[in-house]
Amino acid sequence: MDKAALASALGSPSAFGQSQFALTRGNAFEAKVKADGGAELLRLVHEKLDRGAEPPAEAGAAVPDLTAAGPEGRTARTALALREATGAPGAWTLLDHPMLALDVAGSPAFLEPDAVVVHPDGSWTVVEIKSFPMLDGSADPAKVGAAARQAAVYVLALERVAARLDPAPRVRHRVLLVCPKDFSNLPTASAVDVRKQRAVTDRQLARLTRIEDIADALPEGVCFSPGLPAEELAAAVEAVPAAYAPECLSACELAFHCRARSREAGAVTCLGRPVRAELGGLSTVEDVLAAARGEAGDPDDPAVAALRRAARLRAEALAAAGPTADAGTGAAAGGGSEFAVGAGGVSACR
Amino acid sequence: MSLITTLARLEAVRTGRAQPAATVRHRHLSDRPLVFVPLTTAGEAGAPLGALVGTDRDAPHLLVVPQPRDRDLRFAFLADLADIVLPHVEAYAESVEAAERTETDPETGKRVKVEVDLCADAAQLVVPSRAGIDFVRLLGRSMRFRRTAEQDPETPHPAPPRVPLLGRWLTHYGERARVPGSSLLLAMTDLLGRHWATGQSTLEDQHLGALLAWIAPEFSPEPGLTGAEAARRAELARDADGQLLCPPAGPATDPAFDNRLLAPAIERYDRARTALAAAEDGLEADERLGALTAAEREIRALVDSRTRPTWDAVWRGLDLLRELPEGAHAEERWTRDRWSFTSHRDRILAGEPPQPRRDDAVTAANKLATREREQARLEAQEALDDPLVMAGRRLSGEAFAGEVVDVVMAYSESKRPSPRPLVTVRTDDRPHLGERAKVYRSLGGKPQTAEYVGPAASDDGFGDGTGTGDGDGTGTGDGTRDGDGVLVLRIMDKMGRGKEPEAGSVPEKGDLVCFTLFEHEQRGGAKLPDPEQTPWTHGGPPGAAAAVPEAADAQTEEDVL
Repeated sequence: MDKAALASALGSPSAFGQSQFALTRGNAFEAKVKADGGAELLRLVHEKLDRGAEPPAEAGAAVPDLTAAGPEGRTARTALALREATGAPGAWTLLDHPMLALDVAGSPAFLEPDAVVVHPDGSWTVVEIKSFPMLDGSADPAKVGAAARQAAVYVLALERVAARLDPAPRVRHRVLLVCPKDFSNLPTASAVDVRKQRAVTDRQLARLTRIEDIADALPEGVCFSPGLPAEELAAAVEAVPAAYAPECLSACELAFHCRARSREAGAVTCLGRPVRAELGGLSTVEDVLAAARGEAGDPDDPAVAALRRAARLRAEALAAAGPTADAGTGAAAGGGSEFAVGAGGVSACR
Repeated sequence: MSLITTLARLEAVRTGRAQPAATVRHRHLSDRPLVFVPLTTAGEAGAPLGALVGTDRDAPHLLVVPQPRDRDLRFAFLADLADIVLPHVEAYAESVEAAERTETDPETGKRVKVEVDLCADAAQLVVPSRAGIDFVRLLGRSMRFRRTAEQDPETPHPAPPRVPLLGRWLTHYGERARVPGSSLLLAMTDLLGRHWATGQSTLEDQHLGALLAWIAPEFSPEPGLTGAEAARRAELARDADGQLLCPPAGPATDPAFDNRLLAPAIERYDRARTALAAAEDGLEADERLGALTAAEREIRALVDSRTRPTWDAVWRGLDLLRELPEGAHAEERWTRDRWSFTSHRDRILAGEPPQPRRDDAVTAANKLATREREQARLEAQEALDDPLVMAGRRLSGEAFAGEVVDVVMAYSESKRPSPRPLVTVRTDDRPHLGERAKVYRSLGGKPQTAEYVGPAASDDGFGDGTGTGDGDGTGTGDGTRDGDGVLVLRIMDKMGRGKEPEAGSVPEKGDLVCFTLFEHEQRGGAKLPDPEQTPWTHGGPPGAAAAVPEAADAQTEEDVL
């Protein structure tokens, strides 16, 4: 399903897109890394991950052709190439843009890692080529984290392929991240341990609700075609429950739609997950504010009691700060006590 | 985020307008800040596309790199930037005042006061967002190891003369920005986010346009919008060409702008340049030069159109912030910034090499210790300066305010008894006080220490409703502890040397007081060894490797793609 098109049809288009400059640069860098039959790439794999093995320059390296028709065909071709390479020990093999299949919630998803390397000992390594720079040996942690999560999925998919072989070859849990060095476009690499990301993804995949179950729960005749009128489409999307949080904005095309719905409903999660966590059972803006004003809520509930104290302290502080501040909560401090906490300390000012 | 800020955010959602998150301005603002709004080229590291820079909000300097992949054009941009930034910085570096600093005398090992120069003021740099701070640091890193033709006649691509120096200054500013509470290099989104609570998440607050829309929806070009609507417009609204009405604050540009406007313009520029190079006679060259200038002008207009809204937004943000009175301790933290500025000036004057790529163990440990100390200092000072911040600390049990209901004189049991008066305070707050816990209050700007003795006995008649009682029902849950809300403290210091405490040094009955459980002033940590004494556990002394100046970055033919 094309979520971006769906989001546009709903009137909340996603803000994702890629600049052609970044695309050009990324492709040029990847081509440079893989030039000469992947000589530079294999050198980096040898240097960073497998120094004990014979260097690829001497052992020789094979780059099998993986072209085939359709994703299924390419997946089969990749599996075949992996088997052949593993069956011929002592040589390096570079699989350029292989195709892997992974079962996600009951339907196959096709994945295309930048490269997979088969070591002389028959073990497999995932290679991720990224165009963000590695400056003085370190790169943006957020981007490295994203790359590691991505690579972990490839490792999982490769493990499924390996499990079908006998003896099953080892899929290395340290992937190679290749980035431009400093401000140049010379490649440099770093081994990234993705055991944690792999375990997390594996557990999430196992726990995912199967697509059939989601589809079964939907009313008969629901259709997500972007060609439908916006109201019908909105109703259809509404049939699938969503738990919006601000983090969605950087990951999902439909996030702006979900945010609008969430705001309409007055959900406090719009302000972030931690906010939701500290408010106990109160989940809407009006509930929380009413509880803070003392109009609703059980005063014995610790969350409500804390809210009222917070509202009182806030009103007191704003009143003390003078007319510039807007004491909006209406829950004025009892007795009108005023505190002036200034530079010289606390002084009585009644 | 404390519950008080959360409430402010919820209130902002309800009212459609940002609510105050501070009652004073917690950062120093210079009278003449240098505002810098950079744009970068997508996918390239440290390849600026252009920038608006200057101190005059009506007349910013527009700098543009018409072909960001061209090294010479990039150097020209950096040289222009140096010509604007360095004179501004140097003007501040030249004006000094005398100050004292304690130093260890190398011969006697004693701590002595030395008279040194301290810059009377420091240059302040303001960028739109946190990504802008990272970009300043990146620019600094990309420039400080460049070699000029003067330094190294052999270098294949010499940098313009002042570019490495600008790199060192920008690196210093980028480093200083990591120190909590510092104001040499400020991001407008951080500044506004510190002083206002919007009705959106902190993640969305990173968008300068949306943040400003919440704080001052009346500035939105469409009148009558609520904060939420104006913020949504700033984030998402596009014109007929699919361009964002409020371009992102950068340095990254919107992909739609890159693909639809910038890329074709750069292509036209490249074509015009190739045509000019292929011109066969002067007449043809003249004509083609005209085409090239037109193509360049077009890119300049594009960059201007994407940076100008952000430029205006930064200045509007400065206006809003200047309406708040400056916090009492902000000036003191600014003095620390001035020391930092002065010390960097001195390092440059002394001819020291640029900051290394990686700090040695001692420098790194010192930086980390500084950041931790400044974080604690900032938290304490903000609470002392701002009742709203103090309210958050009171809510979390780290401070309490209340009325003095009784003062009993007492003395210490030593040969020469000193005053140790017992002060009974009635408070609605619930501080987490352990036995003999130290609490502090600010007395004439200096912290006065008191010791928690215990809750007051419940039968001494304090429950007479002194006016600070609960008016809103919070009291219903109280009464579970005996003597709730009435505390006895023993004042420990700042009462002078005599038998009787100095006037005003002990609170009197009826006074309103505010004590904190956290210390007001930060002690420096243990002194670290000199770099030459680095223990082997931390890599040992720097040795010969450090004596060699750092090499310039390797340059390849294709490092500009």
